[in-house]
Amino acid sequence: MTMRHVISVLMENESGALSRVVGLFSARGYNIESLSVAPTDDESLSRLTLVTRGSEQIIEQILKQLNKLIEVVKVTDLSDFQHVEREMMLIKLEAKQAESVTMIKQIADVFRGKIIDLSHKTFTIEISGKSEKLDAFIDAMSEQTIIEVVRSGCIGIARGSVALKV
Amino acid sequence: MEISGAKIFVESLKAEGVDTIFGYPGGAVLFLYDELDKAAGEIDHILARHEQGAVHAAEGYAKATNKVGVAIVTSGPGATNAVTGIADAFLDSVPLVVFTGQVPRALIGNDAFQEVDIIGITRPCVKHNFLVKNIEDLAPTIKKAFYIAGSGRPGPIVVDIPKDITDGKEKIEFVYPETVDIRSYNPSIKGNPKQIKLAATALLESKTPILYTGGGVVLSGGASELTELARLLNFPVTNTLMGLGGFPASAPQFVGMLGMHGTYEANMAMHKSDLVVAIGSRFDDRVTGNIEKFCPNAKIIHVDIDPASISKNVKVDIPIVGDVKQVLTDLVAELKRRDEKPDQEALAEWWAQINDWRKTDCLRYEQGTEVITAQYVIDKYWQLTNGDAYVCSDVGQHQMWAAQYYKFDEPLRWINSGGLGTMGFGLPAAMGVQLAHPDAEVACITGDGSIQMCIQELATCTQYQLPINIISLNNGYLGMVRQWQEFFYQKRYSMSYMESLPDFVKLAEAYGHIGIQIKDPADVEGALKQAIDDKERLYFLDFITNPEENVYPMIPAGAGQNEMILV
Repeated sequence: MTMRHVISVLMENESGALSRVVGLFSARGYNIESLSVAPTDDESLSRLTLVTRGSEQIIEQILKQLNKLIEVVKVTDLSDFQHVEREMMLIKLEAKQAESVTMIKQIADVFRGKIIDLSHKTFTIEISGKSEKLDAFIDAMSEQTIIEVVRSGCIGIARGSVALKV
Repeated sequence: MEISGAKIFVESLKAEGVDTIFGYPGGAVLFLYDELDKAAGEIDHILARHEQGAVHAAEGYAKATNKVGVAIVTSGPGATNAVTGIADAFLDSVPLVVFTGQVPRALIGNDAFQEVDIIGITRPCVKHNFLVKNIEDLAPTIKKAFYIAGSGRPGPIVVDIPKDITDGKEKIEFVYPETVDIRSYNPSIKGNPKQIKLAATALLESKTPILYTGGGVVLSGGASELTELARLLNFPVTNTLMGLGGFPASAPQFVGMLGMHGTYEANMAMHKSDLVVAIGSRFDDRVTGNIEKFCPNAKIIHVDIDPASISKNVKVDIPIVGDVKQVLTDLVAELKRRDEKPDQEALAEWWAQINDWRKTDCLRYEQGTEVITAQYVIDKYWQLTNGDAYVCSDVGQHQMWAAQYYKFDEPLRWINSGGLGTMGFGLPAAMGVQLAHPDAEVACITGDGSIQMCIQELATCTQYQLPINIISLNNGYLGMVRQWQEFFYQKRYSMSYMESLPDFVKLAEAYGHIGIQIKDPADVEGALKQAIDDKERLYFLDFITNPEENVYPMIPAGAGQNEMILV
């Protein structure tokens, strides 16, 4: 059965390391739903969060193949733990009618979104949460004109004292 | 004293104990070649005639010695020509360090003359690769490259060196690191003791076991440990193509190679086994046939140094991650400690069954008086060399016949391109082997198709006076392609016929070698003897063989191991 997995990777913060990870996925035919990467508090390390889908056997292979890359320091399947997931979205909208303005503000409040930029007709809203929440927000705004959507990709961290550290 | 990058390169090679390096010069590596020339005598540079040949030669050297093979090529086309050899080494886990020249740092990314992103190109077919970005990194990078290439599951490493790092404008103090520490790379050597105990129990409980062993046995130097295990338990052993020589072919426990062109007894024993012990082998599709029908009744133990090989194609019951030699040593110790024997009655029945399969005599062939059969040539060569030659092979029918009829009793003697299946591998590989073992009998078993893919290396053999014996089984076809076309494409021989073959005798002579064409079966032995006895010259033996001979037995693609075509 195919399941969604959130995989966290700690890797050397070196040029080329990211392309090895991405290249591995394309070469072996694994899918990537989203990918997010940035340096950590330890400047020598980058943390990459990757959302993929696959059978148990495929996920096991993905974890092993990732571990085999020389620049990969540690790998965890966050889906094995209680964990928190977040994604951030910036969305630019245009109100269809003058009265929509209030509605946009109200919906943004419900989703705890923040209006971070305004112009004559457009709103830019910042919103974060689980990926499904962002999907729901886009749905809720479907009556307006959506001009642009930027999503960060999912990031995640295990609950409690479990940690992915060197 | 402060020295140039080029000098650091040479001093690092010396520190690694490199005595032979294969390569081809060019613009981006001129400074390196300038220093290599000064190091002649300590480091011998062997000039191939094509970069692919240089890398295959380094592979041959590595495969016959278990040392790290070293090659050097220039940037751009030099580097891309090396890629086939690098990919070949990747699939067969050959320890290799390939140095590629790169354009000066300021020009990288500029589409400069002879610039390619060889790091990007080789990324999917190396164990790891490095672009050296400054002169301080050069020696530590070389240290890491050799360490990674030769440890864990071995593999090729590419080190890309920009020209301006080597030019001597910048000089630094040379210190070669004594140790290397890579926090993200720590291959497991020792197997988990709990797993070894579980494996020992499974071995003792099994009634119809088989040891299925691969290239990992040869690479780890674990051949004698495997032999001890098999003798201790009196269990049958089958080898993969890469594993030949890892267990003596003359031992009574040996049931031959398994897989697509393996023996009937090996494949049937796998199919009927209740315990398959995979040791340094990787359940390749040429071994398993149809994975749905693979070993339906067997529990599976898998010993491998690469965790990613375990449960990749076939679900494993008892995985043991570790170095084969180390794990086998521990397993034998555990079995001796227990002082138990497997069910001897069941084992006797199992051997009776195997011996019954053996009666099929699936490798029998007939040599008439008219046309030479390829099998006879290999069989004769095996007899005449007492099974002690280094046999390099190209890819195709001749490769399978060599694997079937040359019975290896020792590891590191069988040098072929198993994973990638690279035509053109044989001759340059044989050069590397002959240079590693100057006094040994070295053969290149090839065909009229394969030999033409790296034929230019005959010039290298002239230059370094390499007395290789080229045994070419010339059937005028791309034999394996033709065989598949005969079986599966209703004999439509599309492009498998080799029209306009050169006169190989004259060709050999043109390069300064001895060429002999042999057509009469009665002349086979004499020609082979002449070539073997002459330790000075390269012989190109052009055996004109039966054009439509097929490799049997065969498991057709998609079939199970018990569904072999015997003749």
